[in-house]
Amino acid sequence: MKRFISIIGALVLVYVGLISIILASTNAKFVLLGTDALIFLLVLGISSYTVYAQSKTHLLEPWKYVFRRPLAMSALIILLAYVFIGLLDSIHFRTSLESVQHQETKSYTGDVISIFDVLTSTLKNKQEKSYSSPFATHLYVKETIETETGTVRGYPRLKFGGAHLNEPENDRGFDIIVSTIIGLIKGSLFWIAICGLTIFWLAGWRKDKFKAQIQMTLQADEFIPTRVILATFGVIVLIAFLVVEFADKYHVLGTDKVGQDVLYLALKSIRTGLVIGTLTTLIMLPFAVALGVAAGHFGGWVDDVVQYIYTTLSSIPGVLLIAAAILSLQVYIANNPELFETISERADLRLLFLCAILGITSWTGLCRLLRGETLKLRELEYVQAAKAFGVGNTKIITKHILPNVMHIVLIVVVLDFSSLVLAEAVLSYVGVGVDPSTNSWGNMINSARLEMAREPVVWWSLVAAFVFMFVLVLSANLFSDAVRDAFDPKVSRSK
Amino acid sequence: MFAYITRRVLYAVPILFGVNLITFILFFVVNSPDDMARMHLGMRYITQEAVDNWKQTHGYDKPLLYNSAPKQGNALSDTIFYQKSVKLFVFDFGSADDGRNINYDISQRMWPSLAIAVPVLIIGLLLNITFAMIIAFFRATYIDYTGVVICVILMSISSLFYIIGGQYLISKLLHIVPISGFDVSATASIKFLILPVIIGIIGGVGAGTRWYRTIFIEEINKDYVRTARAKGLMERKVLFKHVLRNALVPILTGVVAVIPLLFMGSLIIESFFGIPGLGSYTIDAIRSQDFAIVRSMVFLGSVLYIVGLILTDISYTLVDPRIRLG
Repeated sequence: MKRFISIIGALVLVYVGLISIILASTNAKFVLLGTDALIFLLVLGISSYTVYAQSKTHLLEPWKYVFRRPLAMSALIILLAYVFIGLLDSIHFRTSLESVQHQETKSYTGDVISIFDVLTSTLKNKQEKSYSSPFATHLYVKETIETETGTVRGYPRLKFGGAHLNEPENDRGFDIIVSTIIGLIKGSLFWIAICGLTIFWLAGWRKDKFKAQIQMTLQADEFIPTRVILATFGVIVLIAFLVVEFADKYHVLGTDKVGQDVLYLALKSIRTGLVIGTLTTLIMLPFAVALGVAAGHFGGWVDDVVQYIYTTLSSIPGVLLIAAAILSLQVYIANNPELFETISERADLRLLFLCAILGITSWTGLCRLLRGETLKLRELEYVQAAKAFGVGNTKIITKHILPNVMHIVLIVVVLDFSSLVLAEAVLSYVGVGVDPSTNSWGNMINSARLEMAREPVVWWSLVAAFVFMFVLVLSANLFSDAVRDAFDPKVSRSK
Repeated sequence: MFAYITRRVLYAVPILFGVNLITFILFFVVNSPDDMARMHLGMRYITQEAVDNWKQTHGYDKPLLYNSAPKQGNALSDTIFYQKSVKLFVFDFGSADDGRNINYDISQRMWPSLAIAVPVLIIGLLLNITFAMIIAFFRATYIDYTGVVICVILMSISSLFYIIGGQYLISKLLHIVPISGFDVSATASIKFLILPVIIGIIGGVGAGTRWYRTIFIEEINKDYVRTARAKGLMERKVLFKHVLRNALVPILTGVVAVIPLLFMGSLIIESFFGIPGLGSYTIDAIRSQDFAIVRSMVFLGSVLYIVGLILTDISYTLVDPRIRLG
């Protein structure tokens, strides 16, 4: 318990410390968006669960099964990379306007930016005029260029992409190769250092020789597949280093219609995807658990009412319920513009609302499952015995029923994640997804799909969005499969 | 049986009433008709007269629930709730914002939706069962493992990618079929329907195959299968004669549940391929913020969903003699 409190305390301190450092150094105003607060709550929840589970064997065993599976661990590492970017992108603030700083009342820019924006300011600020393909040095569309001899129609040079090259036609290939090699070398060195440290740490932990540990890792002769974890980590590190190497000089994934860096947009969309995947189930979890367990435990009219509610809600086609709710919200926002200080706050409300509505559509399934499971548990001997001893309803539910339905909650939450991320893209296409000003893969696809008609096609925005989404969803699917196998008693674990 | 069906239909009434109430609250209470009018007329510089005028032409110029001074009918029927919500129960959807009759539109647009949804369902079902059988036949080998991983990969790809990629590859690069469009005559529209049907099938093959595989594997581990093997039947016979037949019970009843919803069509496929079905009708309505159509589609969808539930229960009794409806 002591360790539990201290870890959570440390987390809060780190968070507060991080914010205050930024605020102090940039003279900015902290902005807590609704989704930020929920994300932080979620992180707190997960960390407390982690600490709590460490002392409980029955919780630890299934997780050990998950951690033993190479594919699941590889997926987890990729997921963590996404989460890392998403969390950096969840601490928001507004910088103050320089010109009016000496006045009594400070005013702030309308831009709400995050730590992630600060870290990637090179990407964010390198805005071109319009489309340019990946690693391009020239614009994708023809323009009138003014030269010494007069005006010519042609493809103008990019302001930032390949701006350091004198003769881009000849130098570009060489420059890219050199940068690739430098990036790979830097990345490999970093990766080798991390590998060495990990193995050293493992050896110390096991009180083993360093050499023996290397052998164990290489032969995958271990409890946790360190080899796979390090390899996945290595791939991520190499890609990251390559991108960093290029990000200064080129637009790695090209630019979009208004000249924004596609890589930046795709990275910014990570947060939206994660928010929709996690907060959606989180927002509705309390209702689903409370109603489902209550319906199963009490039966009678409570059961009738709960069943009526979820049958009604699930009988409305999901997309249409979302559409109806979002349309209503749009009218509300349009009529009450004074409620929102910045565009981001308005967009954030819509994101939160979308999560809630998506939650309502996915909530009913979980509620039904929990009701069925509780009905089963209610008849078991130990619950009957508790009842016979005169134990109260609250205590029976919290002590005997809730802990035994938690695995269903976990499985549903993890399984829902990937379908929710995919749903966001479809909803944005329909026009009832996130706010158009929010960065999301759905919005990227939606704005880029019309460009497929161009000749030659503008493919990079689409491909970037699809690849980012695909990697996240695939890792989530692989990880959730392992979690389901581990926690579902119906699946035999010997397979 | 008849008594059971009657009871189920009667149960559906309060549920539909709930659906009706939710849509009523979403469309009329959260946002007053005045808000709707302003939104349609453009937000700024709108006089109250223009708003009243819009409300009158679209029939929203009535009190929500109770009319103290009714122009026609009585105090309860000359209200928005009666005119716009209660009338849905007799499938009188009224007219859209542009004055078209919604009932007529639905009856016209139903057929293109079915022309895509039915082949996707039937061919998809056959394909998924075949793949799942193959994977289940080779269970616990590398074929099984690879098959499942491929399914997971197919599931992880956004449906938008299948559509955009398919359109680009088949129609734009290879020029095999037109990118989008529709024709009234059945034979002429086949060339427009092939690609959306194929993409609809591919989009569902990953999830479908994996789901059916789970059902097959579950069935294979049952006692009667062991008995069948013990009496010396070939694996092929066990699989096709015993496992397939029993596994079809959950598969078919699951399919029955979605059959009524086929009428609603597929939202994105129809919209991408320009097929004038109910799916694209809904999307257009959402985009042009035509609340009357969205409301009608919500109600229609709920009715079809409940019909699907009732059909599922009935189909259980038909295919599985162990289940009797009391």
